[in-house]
Amino acid sequence: MNRAEKEEYLREYGQLKAEGEPFFPYSVAKDSIIAVVVMAIIITMSIVLGAELGPKADPTSTTYVPRPEWYFFFLFELLRIIKPPELVPLATIGVPTIGLILLFLLPFYDRGAERHPLRRPVATTAGIMVIFAMGYLTYMGAAAGSPNEIEMKAPSTLTGVALVEWEKGKTVVGQSGCLACHKIGENGNDGPGPQLTHVASKLPAQAIAQTLRNPTSPMPSFKNLEEQSPEKFRAMVSFLGQLN
Amino acid sequence: MPDLKKFLPPIPDSLKLQPRRAGTNPEPETALDNAQEAGKHAAGWIDERLQLSGAVRWALFRKVPRHDWTYTLGFSVMFAFLSQAVTGVFLATAYDPSTTNAYESIRQMTNEAFLGQFLRGMHRWGSTVMVILVFLHMAQTFFYGAYKYPRELNWVIGVVLLVLTMAMSFTGYLLPFDQRSYWATIVGVNINGTGPIVGPYLSDFLRAGPEFGATTLSRFYAIHMLLVPGAIGAMVGAHLWLVMRLGTTSPPWNKPRKKADA
Ligand code: HEM
Repeated sequence: MNRAEKEEYLREYGQLKAEGEPFFPYSVAKDSIIAVVVMAIIITMSIVLGAELGPKADPTSTTYVPRPEWYFFFLFELLRIIKPPELVPLATIGVPTIGLILLFLLPFYDRGAERHPLRRPVATTAGIMVIFAMGYLTYMGAAAGSPNEIEMKAPSTLTGVALVEWEKGKTVVGQSGCLACHKIGENGNDGPGPQLTHVASKLPAQAIAQTLRNPTSPMPSFKNLEEQSPEKFRAMVSFLGQLN
Repeated sequence: MPDLKKFLPPIPDSLKLQPRRAGTNPEPETALDNAQEAGKHAAGWIDERLQLSGAVRWALFRKVPRHDWTYTLGFSVMFAFLSQAVTGVFLATAYDPSTTNAYESIRQMTNEAFLGQFLRGMHRWGSTVMVILVFLHMAQTFFYGAYKYPRELNWVIGVVLLVLTMAMSFTGYLLPFDQRSYWATIVGVNINGTGPIVGPYLSDFLRAGPEFGATTLSRFYAIHMLLVPGAIGAMVGAHLWLVMRLGTTSPPWNKPRKKADA
């Protein structure tokens, strides 16, 4: 806005203000009504939806759902869909940071005098697109599969019993919550534990089994699993042992 | 003595105090008369010292451009924030921010305390409502072009408020210390750590150390109930001060009825 536009705006605004209404009761009445509505919504949600409390936090646990509040889903989803490792920092912090900087600086790069949304096609379109993108990511985040699932295809060389064993191992590893700390293929969190996508090329199956029995903290031990259901343990080892 | 009428909303005629007839009772006599006078005197005494009646009158009766219902969104956010503050204080009376007792204190509150579950629900869903309202308010000011001259700073303060609101939600999520909150927070803090430059420091600050440990919970609690709410309070103060100074916008499609003659 140049000087003339600023003055024109202030003049017109002054006029609109003079033709306006006193804050009390005009605005106060509307605000009070809305306050009642907001309170009613919160109370209703509290009564209908309640406040759940899951099982107590257990740092050694193996089954958990690392779900954030739903309004962070779009950030999580961003993380999920940007797969290549070298782009991950960009997804996690890059996109949100750039978005935030753009948001902060908005009044300094969009300085046109026009305020009517229909006569600001670029701003209005960009705004609507951002809303749709965030809505879409939130929806995808909400619909995303269980965080305890590994979406990996068996190597085509596997057939018969070996394939069944592999699939079983994949399920057990997923259910055991390894993804909380390890990345396997495209699933799981990268850290605190190392990626397991190619463990077998670093560790032979024997060493993997040994780590499962005697892990370094905070990883839980699977010794009990081996004693109670040895076939599950074997499946785990055979799955992990084939991740080359 | 300042005139009390200037504080008062317009009162329907039927409710107005009847003026005394001239010549009768120049001094208060009955107890009722005295009671009526006492309020005026107290207000007058206070105002003689605070000298606020002018500012209050200005704030209440300043003119605002005619607007639509979307202009109530800013106030709704503030109202939701106040609700969070009040319910939060109640929750704090029963909450124990230690890794050993946090979960148990919440469980007791939820299952045993009178209206405990309701109170938690108010705070929990209040946060959702507040976040939605912040986004709606931001969208409103965006589409109405309210961030333009001369309200640029108000927009910038608003973005700070948006970040602070999200920080509230993030830090509050850990406090019940159940499985969900624990693991989601670990993941969230790790994600923070991958950020450029400040990322690792931010993670260390949040965890109160390089590992997720016993002090992490107290750290989150302090951030959630002192640091961030204090900052929000201050920022909302600045935000509202600017709104009052500059006046709220007019919806961009409203034009003055008569052309400004200048
Ligand atoms: C805790 C969060 C917030 C609170 C309590 C709050 C409160 C308010 C209130 C009460 C108003 C005046 C009434 C109205 O126009 O709605 C207002 C105006 C405004 N707010 Fe906020 N706000 C918050 C967050 C934000 C955010 C996130 C933004 C944008 C990034 C923002 C930008 C603005 C702008 C530009 C105005 C001037 C609107 C106008 O004059 O028409 N605010 N805010």
